[in-house]
Amino acid sequence: MAVPELVEALYRSESRRILATLIRLLGDFEAAEDALHEAFRAALEQWPTEGVPEHPRAWLVSAGRFKAIDRLRRSVGRELPLQEALEPAAAPPSGWEQEDDAGLADDQLRLIFTCCHPALPPEARTALTLREVCGLTTEEIARAYLTAPAALAQRIVRAKTRIRDDRIPYEVPSAEELPARRDAVLKVIYLVFNEGYSASSGESLTRPDLSGEALRLGRLLLNLLPDPEVQGLLALMLLQESRRRARATPDGDLVLLEDQDRSLWDQALIAEGLGLVDQALAGPRPGPYGLQAAIAAAHAQAPSTGRTDWAQIAGLYGLLARLLPTPVVKLNQAVAVAMHEGPEAGLALIDALLTVGALDGYPLIHAARADLCRRLGRVAEARTSYQQALRLTNQAPERRFLERRLGELH
Amino acid sequence: MKYICFGYLDVQPWTKLSDSERSAMIDQCFAYDDVLKKNGNWAGGEGLQGPDSAASLRYRDGKVEVTDGPFAETKEILGGLLMLEARDLNHAIQLLSQHPGVKMGPWEIRPVQDLTPMIRASQERRAAATRK
Repeated sequence: MAVPELVEALYRSESRRILATLIRLLGDFEAAEDALHEAFRAALEQWPTEGVPEHPRAWLVSAGRFKAIDRLRRSVGRELPLQEALEPAAAPPSGWEQEDDAGLADDQLRLIFTCCHPALPPEARTALTLREVCGLTTEEIARAYLTAPAALAQRIVRAKTRIRDDRIPYEVPSAEELPARRDAVLKVIYLVFNEGYSASSGESLTRPDLSGEALRLGRLLLNLLPDPEVQGLLALMLLQESRRRARATPDGDLVLLEDQDRSLWDQALIAEGLGLVDQALAGPRPGPYGLQAAIAAAHAQAPSTGRTDWAQIAGLYGLLARLLPTPVVKLNQAVAVAMHEGPEAGLALIDALLTVGALDGYPLIHAARADLCRRLGRVAEARTSYQQALRLTNQAPERRFLERRLGELH
Repeated sequence: MKYICFGYLDVQPWTKLSDSERSAMIDQCFAYDDVLKKNGNWAGGEGLQGPDSAASLRYRDGKVEVTDGPFAETKEILGGLLMLEARDLNHAIQLLSQHPGVKMGPWEIRPVQDLTPMIRASQERRAAATRK
């Protein structure tokens, strides 16, 4: 392979890992990004004459570090954090070139935990993770989220300033902190996945690119941090992803689970997901992601809606509602109960939720209520609930679905 | 990805600088330009003569009209263009934030539009028109 192509390929496969290590060595995001680009530039200039080094990644890290030191020596009025990081040694400690993969994996974990740090605003966490960990450009992220690039760029600039000014540490959290911090990371990944799987606005129902990035992140995290909840989240995403092709008509309209052509489900993703569910549930106390994955697995294994193990699903929702007593979980539990025990039992649970007023503004509860009323032949009530759901949703395919159902009532 | 940066000059503070302050600022700007060049982020750039040297063209009533100006009624004038080679918008922002020129007035960063598909489509339209 010619040097420019090799460098290009290395940039794609290694730049995020090298960046993660440079941030640790330099103690500063922006200095590390400058150093990263200078290192790749140096490779383009030097490798054609000097030959490709035996350990290209180590060479690039080393070059980036020296470039940063060099820049610091010449710099006029650059702020201090770099200085502190570089103080101990002007040259890398001997033998570090052989730095093992475990060390590099730690750097990647540090980067993930820092980008998903709870001190940063939630939207900044997703933007930063997609740019620094996944390597997406600001413009790509802005396009995926239908945001103006300048607004997104500002979010990233502010987040980095926050990391520097608040001295957010670049580290893997301690054992006591780990569960909570891990959950913050999982949440970011699942948000990215959901934005790609069920876009919150716009003409299209799904944005596969974001889901793909979330799956990549999930796999990366599982590699770095083997943990039942990480397995659970990856399994959950894989099982949902397996239904993508069946989830929308060619025109982009929503197809409900019960109406989906199950032969379109991706069996390879299902097999991978089911394997992970088994691992995630092997422990004594499955977490919320593991339980949600188990529910998705029950659906994935059913040949049809009628031949689905609704008793098991209702039971799993019961367990989940104990860990996560949110109205949305209870709504899903109600739907599962309706399938298992009949529409009336489900409707009672939904009406109880609506009485508390928790989900009044949530279109899906009205759509679910409408559906149960329709099955019970309570047409007038079904109509009111479909209309209520329509008033509350902005997503074009969902609106078309509700309008179609409304038209079918008589 | 290429970004064109439009650098505006805040006239008032600039005229108030002493000669040595002005020279120092100019030196810092050129020194940073050299850093950009050395790192492959420099894709071109030019300084501009003052607005009093400008000509404006406008198509009106089937004719091209030429006027002078625009004049510096505003307190900021377009002072120069810089073309950056950067990975993305945040990288361009980071590079430009370190430019001493940002202390002298606002900058606007615009990604260049790749016109290749538009040019190709236009060539096809023109070729088809000639064939007719």
